[in-house]
Amino acid sequence: MKPRQKRFALIAVGVIALAGAATLVLTAFEDNMVFFFTPSQVAAREAPQGRTFRIGGMVEEGSLQRGDDGTSVKFVVTDTAHKIPVTYSGALPDLFKEGKGVVAQGKLNDGGVFAASEVLAKHDENYMPPEAAHALEQAKKAQGTVVQ
Amino acid sequence: MSDSPLTATRAPSSGFSLFYYASPQTFFPLAGKLLWPTWIIAIGLTIAGLYTGFFIAPTDATQGDSYRIIFIHVPAAWMSMVIYLVMAFWCAVGLIFNTRLSFMMSSALAPTGALWAFIALWTGALWGKPTWGTYWVWDARLTSELILFFLYCGYMALQAAIDDPRRADRAGALIAIVGAINVPIIYFSVKWWNTLHQGASVSLTQSPSMASTMLTGMLLMALAAWAYTIGVALVRVRAIMIERERHTDWVRQLGNATAGGSKA
Repeated sequence: MKPRQKRFALIAVGVIALAGAATLVLTAFEDNMVFFFTPSQVAAREAPQGRTFRIGGMVEEGSLQRGDDGTSVKFVVTDTAHKIPVTYSGALPDLFKEGKGVVAQGKLNDGGVFAASEVLAKHDENYMPPEAAHALEQAKKAQGTVVQ
Repeated sequence: MSDSPLTATRAPSSGFSLFYYASPQTFFPLAGKLLWPTWIIAIGLTIAGLYTGFFIAPTDATQGDSYRIIFIHVPAAWMSMVIYLVMAFWCAVGLIFNTRLSFMMSSALAPTGALWAFIALWTGALWGKPTWGTYWVWDARLTSELILFFLYCGYMALQAAIDDPRRADRAGALIAIVGAINVPIIYFSVKWWNTLHQGASVSLTQSPSMASTMLTGMLLMALAAWAYTIGVALVRVRAIMIERERHTDWVRQLGNATAGGSKA
């Protein structure tokens, strides 16, 4: 083996060992690296009990209720399998909308209601002009009527 | 077969070979010649990209005009990741083949990589406020990109802290190669964990989920970022070459030539 082949082998082995170590560490930490819990995970009691955590999912269509004081809102976060009712008081981000993604931080109270102290909007990776979005929505509706 | 690069180095006139340019004294004039074309391409692509992004691409259905920061944010984030991998590559080549120029290339790229990471983080923060409702969250994507920025800073600081360039190169190479493990983590973070940051709009495996003019603008800006990076790295690597090889004959001859040239 020439010296430069030895050095190459050394670096290759080092990088592979490092990648292996990183994989093990990341797998071990997987549960702690989640930014939010889904309603299904909360239902399965995977979320921390009695501690602040984040839930994420979709704002259920037609679930948004605004309080009389103008700042308090109620809505339901769903991942289509499970639902969690959320209460929040404060300004909502501009992209907060029914049927769109949301991440809320807060605590789950005894009644199973999530009292949020912060609400963030999560948007998807699709970018399109408003006309295209409108056309997509129309197509979805048309498809829905055909199925029914 | 195995000694063909050697013969090419010995007899550069016999044909074009990349190995011919593997030493500072031969690469220096080549880098100089490449500079102007690279700058012109960078400026042209930037103008085309910004024009496409801000005047031709339509507004986004959900985000309105605030999505347009993507034309700077995504190219910056891509470059910050690519440059780190390129640095790790050059450092590995330098360690294996004991070549001076490879380490110089890596050092020349580091500040630009740090700049792109910095831009990606800041534009991301400015984009996050109007869309997510926050400048910063500690999700896997944002945190790993911040770590990338710190790795760039660590590489540069370590190199600057060691006086002997050969030792500085080896120490820096360790950070570059070990830290490269962070790049796939950044890239796949949005797949492996749930994050506030959305998934990739453009990837090699899926068709892009963007309107075509938006995509065109973004790709033009990404190419502009490449051209800028190459240009500025060439300038920097030329400076590093002269600084490190100032006691060698070829730099002295270069100095004499320019001094003579300015007199004439």
